[in-house]
Amino acid sequence: METLLPLMVGSLFAAGLYFILHRHLFKVILGLILFGLATNLFLFVVGGLTRGGTAIINKHEKVAVEPYADPVPQALLLTAIVIGFGIQAFAIVLIRRVYQTFKSNNLDELRKENEAH
Amino acid sequence: MFYALLIGILAAAAAPLLFRAIGRRVVVPMVLIALLLFVYYCTFLPQVLQGQNLVEQYSWVPELGINLQFRMDGLSLLFALLISFFGALVMLYASGYLHNDRLLGRFYLYLTLFMTAMLGLVTSDNIFCLFISWELTSISSYLLIGFKQADKNARTAAWQALLVTGLGGLALMAGLILISISADSYTFSGLTEQRQLVQQHIFYLPAVILVLVGCFTKSAQFPFHFWLPNAMAAPTPVSAYLHSATMVKAGIYLLARLNPVLAGPDVWHYALMAAGGITAVLGAVLALQHTDLKAILAYTTISALGLLVTMLGLGSEYAVKAMLVFLLAHALYKGTLFLVTGCIDHSTGTRDLQKLHHLGPGMKYNGWAASLAALSMAGVFPFIGFVGKELLYESTLESLLLLAVNFIAGVAFVAVAIIIGFRVFWRKATDKTQLQHKAGFKLYFPPLVLAGIGLLLGVLVSSVPSPLLQQGARAVLADETAKLKLSLWHGFTPVLGLSVLTIIAGMLVYSFLPAIHTRVTALQPVYKYGPNAVYHKLFEQFLVKAKAFILWLQDGYLRSYVMYIMLFFCGLLLFTLQRDTPGINITDRIYQLQEVRLYELVVLFLVIAALVYLLGTRSRLTSIVVMGLIGYSAALFYILFGAPDVAITQFLIETLTVVIFVLLLHKLPAFTYLSHQFKKYKFIAISVLFGSLMTYVMLLVQQQAIPSELKKYYGKMSYMEAHGRNIVNVILVDFRGLDTLGEITVLAVAALGIFSLLRLNPEKGGKP
Repeated sequence: METLLPLMVGSLFAAGLYFILHRHLFKVILGLILFGLATNLFLFVVGGLTRGGTAIINKHEKVAVEPYADPVPQALLLTAIVIGFGIQAFAIVLIRRVYQTFKSNNLDELRKENEAH
Repeated sequence: MFYALLIGILAAAAAPLLFRAIGRRVVVPMVLIALLLFVYYCTFLPQVLQGQNLVEQYSWVPELGINLQFRMDGLSLLFALLISFFGALVMLYASGYLHNDRLLGRFYLYLTLFMTAMLGLVTSDNIFCLFISWELTSISSYLLIGFKQADKNARTAAWQALLVTGLGGLALMAGLILISISADSYTFSGLTEQRQLVQQHIFYLPAVILVLVGCFTKSAQFPFHFWLPNAMAAPTPVSAYLHSATMVKAGIYLLARLNPVLAGPDVWHYALMAAGGITAVLGAVLALQHTDLKAILAYTTISALGLLVTMLGLGSEYAVKAMLVFLLAHALYKGTLFLVTGCIDHSTGTRDLQKLHHLGPGMKYNGWAASLAALSMAGVFPFIGFVGKELLYESTLESLLLLAVNFIAGVAFVAVAIIIGFRVFWRKATDKTQLQHKAGFKLYFPPLVLAGIGLLLGVLVSSVPSPLLQQGARAVLADETAKLKLSLWHGFTPVLGLSVLTIIAGMLVYSFLPAIHTRVTALQPVYKYGPNAVYHKLFEQFLVKAKAFILWLQDGYLRSYVMYIMLFFCGLLLFTLQRDTPGINITDRIYQLQEVRLYELVVLFLVIAALVYLLGTRSRLTSIVVMGLIGYSAALFYILFGAPDVAITQFLIETLTVVIFVLLLHKLPAFTYLSHQFKKYKFIAISVLFGSLMTYVMLLVQQQAIPSELKKYYGKMSYMEAHGRNIVNVILVDFRGLDTLGEITVLAVAALGIFSLLRLNPEKGGKP
């Protein structure tokens, strides 16, 4: 699986970037979400994959026993996911707002609008 | 010396305030400040004349060799006295010249700032100190040329002067730094001691070229001479002070200051002689073609600067003496002539030679001043100009070419001297030019003083200027034994014959001047290819190209920016990867594939299938659902590889995102097909490149597992110290609790933003 996961994350990255390069604001947001997801998985994979062993100390032990997953990337990931969600929610509301105001979600048209002013 | 400069800067800053407080009487304190500085520098005379060098030093950034180091020797003192004395006279003159100007306070600010910068330039020993002053003179020159801001010509000329001298300044800085690197010293005195190191260093040639570019732009040497005539758009006191007597000589000063360091190799001497010689002849020839008095003076100034550079290039003891004497003489007579021209302009409203006749009776004092200065310019006995001219001839006797250069310049000077000293003022004419008003005391006193000093120094040449010039020559030659004994009368020598010949030739040229003026129109096409035209063409092209470049790079489309960033990132990554990273061990990788479990494969294919579907779909609802699917699959992977907390968070967040999307979906527009076919392939290529690079990086990183100290630390400590069994949770709420607080704050800010976006209606005046 160590070999296959990078391939999957790479395709997530590619798809995310492709959507970000799109003209439609909605797709840009989709791209952002995909890109964020890919980045999280990237961190997770690079941090080292451990099958089975969670980063939880057993009831009868005082210290964690190998094999257990590296808790540091996980802590980073948790933070990243939550903050990513904040951004996603904000972006979704933003495109709604943009559409309300300009009646368009085409980035190019927004730019023309801007030039006309 | 440092405090003198501080006083100058304070006086400059106070000038506008004083003008507001006491009006036009601001001239009194400004002249007094300049005189005070003059007297202050005079107190150095006794010590300097005995051959002592006074040094002053304050640390600034000693680690980088940037210190406030000042040094006073003969050369510095000569310039400092000239600058402060001239400054006082020009301050007085300016109040007469600009007597109705509402911005007089600002003018004094610029002028005093310039004077201070110039004094700093000639007294600093540290190269950075010198450079700062150098740039300050460029900037104050820019402000002064553009003083009549309403005039477009003035603005263009100011901009041109700043660009040319500013670019030269950059070259100069690079050159000075190269020199100081090669000798590991940041002071001129230190560099002079280490001259061997400098001259043998591989940086010598580039350093010389850069320094010469800096000095040539400042001192208007060919091919950078074109900014000086344009700079005559400045008010006349500025032209007299900056563009004839002092600032343009800053380049000469620096060349003289560096002469002991850089002189020796042929390239230095030949470069100076070539540039100086061409400039001297060019200036002389061009001066005779103009009818605007200020333009004539500007071109003779260029010619004189060329002569000074030539003499420095010659570098013999005689030549250096000639240079110093001529420099002093030129500052005195050219300053006078400029000031007189300013008076003429002021009183008659024109500077055109062909409209000015028989001004003498109306402007007696100015006429005298002009005639005295003109006699000095023509090199007539017993003015200091005569001494200068004799020395110039004497030092070039051995080289026919340089003698010719001197002769041509000399002839032009005589012709110009006759024009200003005689024709404009005293030649009888039937249609006498009417004066609009008489020139007041402030307008005739300063030129008269300068012209008088020119005569006085000539008569007393052996006693008054001689000792100081001798110290100056010693500084330029770095030779403590150099002798400079000036005398007015050398007897009947071939040089005297040459002087007489020059004057006769000058008179001849003068008599042919009307013919020359009618013929010069034929030369107009040539000027289309001159340096000035080249400058304007380059300038325009630069603006056009810069605009095109900016529009190309920053076209305002989000995707272009993202694309550039990603391409640059990929480029960096590829560059690093191809340098010294090992390849991927493929056999190991294939072996690892055997460990893949079936359920893992199912999730993986789910993600890939979802991605493919997402790329093709045009329905918003389906894409949201598919996005949720991908998010859940990611969560499954987190569970499979031992991260249940992350997985739970991912589940939650993914659900929330889908909910928000669906809630707002009816407000969002439908997909429309928006991409061009060609661009689509470009984007696909970039995306695939980026994705595969990331895959490659991940595979590489996996190959080199780094044992994590942190993992061990948290594994050991989370129960012992924080009494929690779930290590990830303990890290978040205990070990890195403050970070989590920051995270909560970010969420709160995002929530605020979302709230205001949803509730705020800018169309209805910003109220909810």
